[in-house]
Amino acid sequence: MNIFWTMLRRDLLLAYRRRADVLTSLFFFVIVVSLFPLGVGPERSTLRLIAPGVVWVAALLAAMLSLNRLFAADHQDGTLEQMALAPVPLALIVLAKVLAHWMVSGLPLALMAPVLGLQFDLPGHALGILVISLVLGTPVLSLIGAIGAALTLGLRGGGVLLSLLVLPLYIPVLIFGAGAVESSMIGMSPQGHLSLLGAFLLLALLATPFVAASALKIAME
Amino acid sequence: MNWGSWSAFWHMGGYAFYVWGSYAVTLLCVVGECLLLAHRRRTLLKTLNQMHRLGNQDGNETPT
Amino acid sequence: MMGINWFKYSSPATFYPLAGKLIPLFYTLAALFCVAGLYVSFFVAPTDATQGEAYRIIFIHVPAAWMSMFIYLVMAFWAGIGLAFNTRLSSMMAQALAPTGAMLTFVALWTGALWGKPTWGTWWVWDARLTSELILLFLYIGYLSLTAAIDDPRRADKAGAILALVGVVNVPIIYFSVQWWNTLHQGASVSLTRAPSMAMTMLLGMLLMALAAWMYSIAAALSRVRLIILEREKHTTWVQEMLERKP
Repeated sequence: MNIFWTMLRRDLLLAYRRRADVLTSLFFFVIVVSLFPLGVGPERSTLRLIAPGVVWVAALLAAMLSLNRLFAADHQDGTLEQMALAPVPLALIVLAKVLAHWMVSGLPLALMAPVLGLQFDLPGHALGILVISLVLGTPVLSLIGAIGAALTLGLRGGGVLLSLLVLPLYIPVLIFGAGAVESSMIGMSPQGHLSLLGAFLLLALLATPFVAASALKIAME
Repeated sequence: MNWGSWSAFWHMGGYAFYVWGSYAVTLLCVVGECLLLAHRRRTLLKTLNQMHRLGNQDGNETPT
Repeated sequence: MMGINWFKYSSPATFYPLAGKLIPLFYTLAALFCVAGLYVSFFVAPTDATQGEAYRIIFIHVPAAWMSMFIYLVMAFWAGIGLAFNTRLSSMMAQALAPTGAMLTFVALWTGALWGKPTWGTWWVWDARLTSELILLFLYIGYLSLTAAIDDPRRADKAGAILALVGVVNVPIIYFSVQWWNTLHQGASVSLTRAPSMAMTMLLGMLLMALAAWMYSIAAALSRVRLIILEREKHTTWVQEMLERKP
């Protein structure tokens, strides 16, 4: 377990040293969301209607943006191979890296979302649900994305290919994430959606680190 | 027998565009796939035969 | 059945000529079933009471949709076998199935749109089945692009296998999410649950066309797997000997 924390601290430190990268995907998220009112028109009832979907789709794209950096640097300088040879399961290391990735890419999105929700005239309780759904959902995006990042490691055109592989797999998260906000806006309980998101998170936590680890081993053969 | 005449058959009760549109595109896809496979096979056998005749076992070197 | 040593055919060198003998058989069967199926579909099956002649699209739509889903399962099965037991031929089989599966998915979507327009008045509805079929097409495209982007065939096999297996686990989750999402948004859209009571001859036509699609898929996949075998084994002695015999 020690290696898990060491790994987490290392990746967070590396991310801190390259703050610009983190900020880029956060600004991407903000800009994409802010473009929609300009495209759709400033009608407040329309904006309120599309807000959950827009914020969630933008979150999906922003999470995708930083995914190919998940393993790339460690792969290039050979650190990843050392990690694979280490006497701890590679899945544990993958889990630590994914957690670090989420803390610098997913968590800021979730914290930023209420401000963007205000642009779309979302009511207060819906903003709260939006944050909760993003906190539950974005880790799933990072976890599934880790598989895609491992599969496309070192390939030409890796970034676009990665989005092609991973986006279809994100659909359930998108449906229930946006659905939670939507149902809270029409006065229904979002609990069902949120529990399903939680179930996805548990499933992804249990399964994806192992899948991503074996994909990494294939990529490094 | 459903159809009084060939023109009734092609007319498809007014749904000719939808019915024949579906069947035509399916035919196109299937025939296209077969042609692509045949083409790929021809070019592959040609290169393999050339390589073999030149005695170039590697296939990546240019013969001198 | 017991007399045949199946493991003998798991080697590409012995499978290649066997597949060569089987391909014409499957193409012939596909053509026969197709002719019989088309005859039943157009000349025996009666006009549908509610949908008129437009319903005759189901004779390709439903078989294509069935096959597209079934091929994805078979592809993932062979990919998984290839990953678990490191058998080259099963991985090649998985790669050979993917383009045919993607083609049939496209056919199912296309015919679905052309069927939807006259019967529901719209080319596309975000119905659970249609949406899942669209996502299946995306999954096929992802698999094809991933295997095409990797130059090393062994890595392509294994990475593709992982993606196919992840896809297979996800397909039911995606299907149920989309279905659930769809019932929530059922507002103005049309209900597609009403299945027309099918006459026996309609069912027969559909089954014959499904058999034709099945035979065709086998034939196309076998042709493609032969090409993949040749491409990958071009330096081996058995390919060189075969070229010697048939210059």
